[in-house]
Parts: sequence; C-alpha cells; structure tokens
Amino acid sequence: MKRVVITGAGTINALGRGVPATFEAMREGRCGIGELDFRDVERLAIRIGGQVKGYEPEETFNRQQLALYDRFTQFALIAAREAIAQSGLEFHGDMADRSGVVLGTSGGGLTTQDENYRSVYEEGKNRVHPFVVPKLMNNAAASHVSMEFNLRGPTFTVATACASSNHAMGLAFQMVRSGACPAMITGGAESMLCFGGVKAWEGLRVMSKDACRPFSANRNGMVQGEGAGVYVFEDYDHAKARGADILAEVVGFAMTSDAADIVMPSKQGAARAISGALRDGKIDRDEVGYINAHGTGTAANDKTECAAVADAMGPQADRLMISSTKSMHGHCIGGTGAVELLACIMALRDGVIAPTIGHEEFDAECALDVVPNEAREADVSVVLSNAFAFGGLNAVLALRKV
Amino acid sequence: MSVKDKVIEIIAEQAVLEPSDVTMESTLEDLGIDSLGLVESIFAIEEAFDISVPFNANEPEQSDFDISSVSSIVAGIEKLVAEQTA
Repeated sequence: MKRVVITGAGTINALGRGVPATFEAMREGRCGIGELDFRDVERLAIRIGGQVKGYEPEETFNRQQLALYDRFTQFALIAAREAIAQSGLEFHGDMADRSGVVLGTSGGGLTTQDENYRSVYEEGKNRVHPFVVPKLMNNAAASHVSMEFNLRGPTFTVATACASSNHAMGLAFQMVRSGACPAMITGGAESMLCFGGVKAWEGLRVMSKDACRPFSANRNGMVQGEGAGVYVFEDYDHAKARGADILAEVVGFAMTSDAADIVMPSKQGAARAISGALRDGKIDRDEVGYINAHGTGTAANDKTECAAVADAMGPQADRLMISSTKSMHGHCIGGTGAVELLACIMALRDGVIAPTIGHEEFDAECALDVVPNEAREADVSVVLSNAFAFGGLNAVLALRKV
Repeated sequence: MSVKDKVIEIIAEQAVLEPSDVTMESTLEDLGIDSLGLVESIFAIEEAFDISVPFNANEPEQSDFDISSVSSIVAGIEKLVAEQTA
C-alpha cells in the first residue's frame, strides 16, 4: 500500500478564482452568495446563489475551445491548470500512461442542455450546434483535462449527486494507494445556475430565498453554488523523491448507502461512512480536530448530520470543530466536496478553521462547535470531509497533516 | 367540484385512498403521506387551481400555509383561490 499525498490544488468558485483568493475569503468569513444573474431569472421564486461573478470565459479560452467547453468544463480546466502547475508534474511516457483523471459532477453540461432545449422548444429552431453532445456529456470535463495534460491512464466521471466529488476523490485515492497510478487528477465541477437548473430545485421546496445558514435554528434551506475544485493526488514516495511541496496526506475513505429513502438522509448511513473513513485510515477518533460538514442548511440534513457525528465520534464530537463553508460558496452539488476540501487543507496547513457564516441562533439539535461566523486558529492534525447525497449515498474522506 | 372536494381528491390520490376515507380531521401523518408526498400534493394543488402555495419544507411551521390537518389545508387553499379571483 502506498501513502497518498496532495501536491497541487486549484479552484474557481463564488469566493474567488484560485486557492489563495478562496482561502482569504474563508478566513474572513466572506459571503459569495448574491443575486443570480442569467436569462429568465425573473421567472424564478429562488433568485440567490453562489454564482461565479466577474469571470469572462473569452479571457481564458479561445473561440474554438468555447464551442466545446460547457461552463462546468471551463471551471474544471481552470482548477486543473492551477493544481497541476502547483504540483510541478509533467506527464510523459509511463507516467502519462498510468496517471488519469477522476472528476465528480452531477449535472454535467446542464447549461448547454438548458440553452439548446430552449432553442428547439421555446424558440422553435430546428437546428442545434454540432457540438451539443460532446459539450453536454458528463465526462467532457474529465476528458478535456486528460487531453490538455496528456493523462492517458484511467479517466472517468462519477455522478452521485452531492457526493460526486467525494466519491471521485475517494476512488482516485484508492487508485494511487493501490499502486495502480503514480498520480491522479481528481475533484469535481458543477455549473447548474441556469433557469432550468434552479427551476428544478425550486420544485423540491428545500431552497432558501434569503441565505444559507447551516446549523442555525432559523435556517430555511439550501442555496446553490457553482464552481470546481481539482487536486493532484500523488504517491508519497514519488512526491518525496522529486522534492514536491506536500499540502496534506489523504489517509482514509469510506462510502455507504442508506438503502432507505431517495431524499431523506439517514443518521446510520452517515455515521457508518464517518466510522468507516476512520477505520480505513487507522485513525483514533480522538485525533480528529475538524470536520468539514456537508451542512446544507436544510432542516433535515443539519440535524441528522450532527446526530451522526455525535454517534460516530463519541465524546470527541464535543471537542472537535465542525463547519459548513456552503454558507459562503453555496452548495456546488457535484463539485461541492472538492471545493470544500480546500477548507480541510487550510485547517491542516495554515491552522485556520473556516467558519459557518450566517449562524444566528443556537439549535439544540445541532449542539456541536460549528465555528459560528468567525474563522478560528487551531492546530489540528486530522480532518474529515463529509458528503451525503440524495439517493442516500454517503462519502467521507480523511486527511492528515504531513 | 368545490375547492374542498378537489383538495380531498388530490390528497386521497396521494394517499392511495378513496376520497370518502379522507376526513377533515385527518392529518397527513394519519393518511400516511410523508414529506415527499406532501410536496407532490402541493404541486398537484397548485396545478389544479393555478395558484402558488407558500410552503418551504424546511420550516413548515413558519410557512404562511398550515398543513396540520386536511381542514387547515382546505382553508388555506380556499383563501389562496379567493385572493386570486379577487
């Protein structure tokens, strides 16, 4: 079994473009959620989201690329470029043949679908652009990353709704740990902030019209975000031999299925995933100092998640910190675990715990240290990242300071 | 069909019961309607009457719409329909 380390990180999300900008926003507890801006937004009941603003695709990609890159692919490439540049890795020969890309996404090229359905159904056009299919497919982002960086090994996309990124990163971790791959590019990307994307979510009646307030007694729902997080997972010996800067070690991963309900979360399923990640990483639960929560800000998730953490962590649940950065960048759905892993790396590397902002009222059903509103300095050696998806699919990663 | 009869018909269909088995005193829990069933019933009611029901599944008790029993739901819908035609 190989040890697995993270040697590069990249992101674009509502808090900023790049890891330094995102860390700064998380440290300051800045909110990236605001008024949504896209066509037909006035026909929505929910008009807020964690939208990436001030981003002009033409400044990064040329016309030919944009004809093929849906917004979620653009986000994935921007994040992958930053992560791979930081790692200093180049992919040639055997290294290229054995390294690949596993990315999570839920909606894939949803914006492309939305625009083209509008064009044929609403506008009555009978012709669509020839690249609609390669642009909208869920694996487009992973494929374009592999093409840009000559990654010729195992490459695919994982779609498990809100746990997609954690499942993707967990698989990449297992592939490097097993020795099958010297390095994997992994994480996730999502861009669902278009009329059809938000309209579909409105239907479930779980969205907030004003703010995402995880763990706060007056929380009233989730807020969607968008963006990408991409990492380089590398064999520790390989990274060490080339003198790479190591951001953190990935030590454990577990996934479970509730096998119960298509939308309501289960305490047992979540707790089994948390305990499983500890067991997989041979981690004593008293070592865990921080958990990046799934923390959606819905009534159901937050109380179930706190109960699951209390069950799985025992007395340590009252000593550790747990926060939801969705309060700042929104719920990035299939990309959310990847964006949130940044908070885990910041905790281990910089000793800064990202806050749960928008926390206004204590909730007895969420009676853990949720790091309300202000970031905190703390020395932590092991952190967890939770993701619990619709469909009852749970995926938890464990990281350790190197 | 009255608003009351139409609402009962929708709730009965969701509960897989005959409308005659749904009383005004019944709660959704009595009828075996869970949170997804509730959201689906509200959608069907909105479509039937072309209204918008102010209901957020995260804070049912704080919504302007009372779902504690069939009679409170019927009263809420009657009010919304009246407001719409007014």
